[in-house]
Amino acid sequence: MKRLSILTVLALAACLTATAAWAKTYTVSVNQFVEHPALDAVLKGLQDSLKEQGFEVKYNVHNAQANMATANQIAQAIAGEKPDMVVAIATPSAQACAQIIKKAPHMAQVPLLFSAVTDPKGAGLVDDLQAPGANISGVSDMTPVDRHLEMIMEIMPGLTDLGVVYNSGEANSKTLVGMLREACQAKGVTLHEASVAKTADAYQATKSLAGRAQAVYVPTDNTVIAALESLVKVCEQNKMPLFAADVDSVPRGAVAALGFDYYLHGKQTGAMAGRIFGGAAVAETPVEFQQGMSLHLNLPAAAAQGANIPEAVRAKADKVVE
Amino acid sequence: MSLFALLGALEQGLVYGIMVLGVYLTFRILDFPDLTVDGSLPLGAAVSAVCITSGMHPALSLLAAMGAGFVAGMVTGLLNTKLGILHLLASILTMTALYSINIRIMGGPNVSLLGVDTVLDPLMRAGLPGYYASPLLFAALAGAVVLALIWFLYTELGQAMLATGDNRQMITSQGVDTHKVIIFGVGLSNALVALAGGLIAQNQGAADVNMGVGTIVAGLASVIVGETVFGNRSLPRAVVAAIVGSIIYRVAIALALGLKVGSFTFTPSDLNLITALLVVVALTAPRLKKRLRKC
Repeated sequence: MKRLSILTVLALAACLTATAAWAKTYTVSVNQFVEHPALDAVLKGLQDSLKEQGFEVKYNVHNAQANMATANQIAQAIAGEKPDMVVAIATPSAQACAQIIKKAPHMAQVPLLFSAVTDPKGAGLVDDLQAPGANISGVSDMTPVDRHLEMIMEIMPGLTDLGVVYNSGEANSKTLVGMLREACQAKGVTLHEASVAKTADAYQATKSLAGRAQAVYVPTDNTVIAALESLVKVCEQNKMPLFAADVDSVPRGAVAALGFDYYLHGKQTGAMAGRIFGGAAVAETPVEFQQGMSLHLNLPAAAAQGANIPEAVRAKADKVVE
Repeated sequence: MSLFALLGALEQGLVYGIMVLGVYLTFRILDFPDLTVDGSLPLGAAVSAVCITSGMHPALSLLAAMGAGFVAGMVTGLLNTKLGILHLLASILTMTALYSINIRIMGGPNVSLLGVDTVLDPLMRAGLPGYYASPLLFAALAGAVVLALIWFLYTELGQAMLATGDNRQMITSQGVDTHKVIIFGVGLSNALVALAGGLIAQNQGAADVNMGVGTIVAGLASVIVGETVFGNRSLPRAVVAAIVGSIIYRVAIALALGLKVGSFTFTPSDLNLITALLVVVALTAPRLKKRLRKC
């Protein structure tokens, strides 16, 4: 009798391990820096993508509420969760997760994917975009600033003076404006910079561009985008068309934006995660940049801000606010 | 809560505890509500990070950070005493200025220290796992600062500081220059805050201009929670309470991060609410205890 029960147990155990082999449940721990429509969309895209690929995933989602100390504590909590993969959304969370590898060596074996990080190299996450080396890779939301400038010049062919409003305290903005400076130099456009420290400064900063700039551009800057309406007002008063780097700013009053969808950004991250679950080595997975840009236009805003949108640009638009 | 989360909370509680000691010094000893700390914490981080990336030894960079923090605090003290600006406003002015200064120092809003040698590396090279190394090192440093602060508060200058906070008129009539005491006291407080900032940057792998946001809230909450739970009947006890309060505050956050009650799970956005509630419980617990005893 006793032998029989042992056999049953053994058989049961064998069955269980066999099922586990073909339907493994993965654990993914997420360290998201702040709740924010774009970052929330990244997480949704990641989860949808892994589901579509047929992976069964259990998520431990953490949110640092924009507090770096909390982001750090979350990284430590994740070390205790011993997940199959860590996904860090936004730069401070990614840095916190990268640092934990140094402290908890078992985390070096767990793939770390970052998402919505503008400058992974500048943030110290990877040494080489093509071959990250360590167990860290991901998808960067670096915006192609040169293509944005081309779009603006397609709408305003005679552009000689461009204004930019940004927060010099945001790492991503600093990088983007540096790139914009180079792109403008190459095209012979003079760049006028207006920097803000907080949302309330945006109105005055934009006003300072009046009379100097023919058009105003806003990079993916959290501080300034929060105050977009005050920029729209100044731009209408001074007939300076406002261009944005994110499509969500178009219905709010920007004339045009060539941007990408953060949901698709998350899906791209999910596709990378799927490849890694399938056996790809993170160290040899190059950092990816967002594919698939879409052009959004706002015709009433164009009329109010004195921009003439050429027919050729209108024909290319993916979405037009009439 | 996993061991890692607990060690993490302990580590954060100890390293931020050094900051809390600074806040305790101004808030409780000098009776000087000082918001400079929201700027001097990232200042310490910025100075330490830039010194390290330009080749300075990580331990020496902490001294540089303390020096910078001391100067920042002195500026607040000078604005208050010599220019007669209200203490709260003086400290807000310094904090505002520090935002720009910190970006200047770092040459940008963020300096990465990932993959760079820090004060923790010698311990890890000696074979101690990092998740034990940082709480141990921070415990030693926080302990040293606690002892030094207790010693200092019993010196003549320390006693003058206590008296300045208690009764400025009385101590002035005894011939003490309260201006000097305030300038030095706020400087010392911010030197400690900047030391914490430097350690935090080395521990988390980056200095960031926005890392100081909410420092004063965490500092005051820790001081008050510590006093409630650990008491402040004597000077040494009150100083130790500041560290205890800081640890409780971070453990509360760690608990809130992994809280599940039955089938109801908290969402990540509830974190701030839960943290606030836990602090409220700590604050009201002694009063409740008293009332229960009366019944």
